[in-house]
Amino acid sequence: MPQKKISIRIDGELISALEGQTILQAAKASGKYIPTLCDLDGLTSVGACRICLVEVSGSERLFPACTTPIQEGMSVTTNSPKLTRYRRISLELLLIERNHVCAVCVSNGHCELQSMATSLGITTVGLAYNFPKLSIDMSHPRFVLDHNRCILCTRCVRVCAELEGAHVWELTSRGIHARIVSEMNESWGHASTCTSCGKCVHACPTGALAEKGWGVEEMVKRTDAVTSLVHRRGAQV
Amino acid sequence: MKKVKVATVWLDGCSGCHMSLLDMDAAIISLARKIDLVYGPLVDAQEFPEHVDVTLVEGAVSSQEDLSKIQKIRQRTDILISMGDCAVTGNVPGMRNSIPVQKLLHSVYVDGADEKKAVPSEYVPALLKHARPLREFVKVDFCLPGCPPPSKAIVGVINDLLDGKKPNGNLKVKFG
Repeated sequence: MPQKKISIRIDGELISALEGQTILQAAKASGKYIPTLCDLDGLTSVGACRICLVEVSGSERLFPACTTPIQEGMSVTTNSPKLTRYRRISLELLLIERNHVCAVCVSNGHCELQSMATSLGITTVGLAYNFPKLSIDMSHPRFVLDHNRCILCTRCVRVCAELEGAHVWELTSRGIHARIVSEMNESWGHASTCTSCGKCVHACPTGALAEKGWGVEEMVKRTDAVTSLVHRRGAQV
Repeated sequence: MKKVKVATVWLDGCSGCHMSLLDMDAAIISLARKIDLVYGPLVDAQEFPEHVDVTLVEGAVSSQEDLSKIQKIRQRTDILISMGDCAVTGNVPGMRNSIPVQKLLHSVYVDGADEKKAVPSEYVPALLKHARPLREFVKVDFCLPGCPPPSKAIVGVINDLLDGKKPNGNLKVKFG
């Protein structure tokens, strides 16, 4: 059965979209840009980072575009001073929570967190840095997990479960104590379900997951390869 | 025309931002006609002047000395600029922040030393618990991230201020 078409407005422009699509999918299909960070084309959306927040007419609260389904007659605003302010706050909270030291990071210059900060015009943060003490898991022979650089986007969790089917990664604890863990909080090198495929590394937007052996600025992620692999397999998200 | 008084300060940083500042090539000639460099590692003055128009600060606030310096500088400066990631975020100096100060000093001056193994008790300023960005201690008027910020961005900010403009966010600078 063909999907039903419905009409919505994005930034005043009337567009036709398919029922069941999210605001983000409908916007992308009609060439509209909404900034995203945790979202990765090909994986399910979870609304973890709050960068894609949009305004919807008739509601005071903001909605994450990546997880909000469109409805007939919906009118969406993707850019406003209010949205810019909230997007900046969301990103600043990510920057202060852990130790994002771009100058010594393998992903410097290729990092989605760093480039999002630039595109949102962030030159400083409004709150005090947290400077937590966090561990680095070097136990895997080929890869490394640095919690200092993790923003809990859960792309690794999703790509491992949905594309590789290995379910190695999971989230543990809550709030500021939340961490990515492999298996039942086993060190990565001892995670017997890990196939060492590296999809989590290439889906990761920052330097949190990286290949060993690279220096500062040298780790270039292939997020596009993750996306094209999903589409080649014809997976339905 | 009265020249604008500019100072530069080097706190807990590697001097890379000062190198980037000096990397402005020919722009230094036209800039020198408009500014007086009154204090900093590039000139001889020993005391921070009573009044400075613009001060560019490199480095994080890491020691008691850094803290008293920056407080004095803030009082004597009209426009204070955090120059580079250490001054803006804490950056590399801040990587020591999860290590207790005594343990850190012991590891450097005792475990890491080949001779005269002792934590110095005089001639070096006492470390603060954390190396933190300027903004957490004093009001900062403008932040210029980068490790280091590109020379063009530093010159751009100085020129904007000389033209009486607010240095603006059109500047595409990045952390790191």
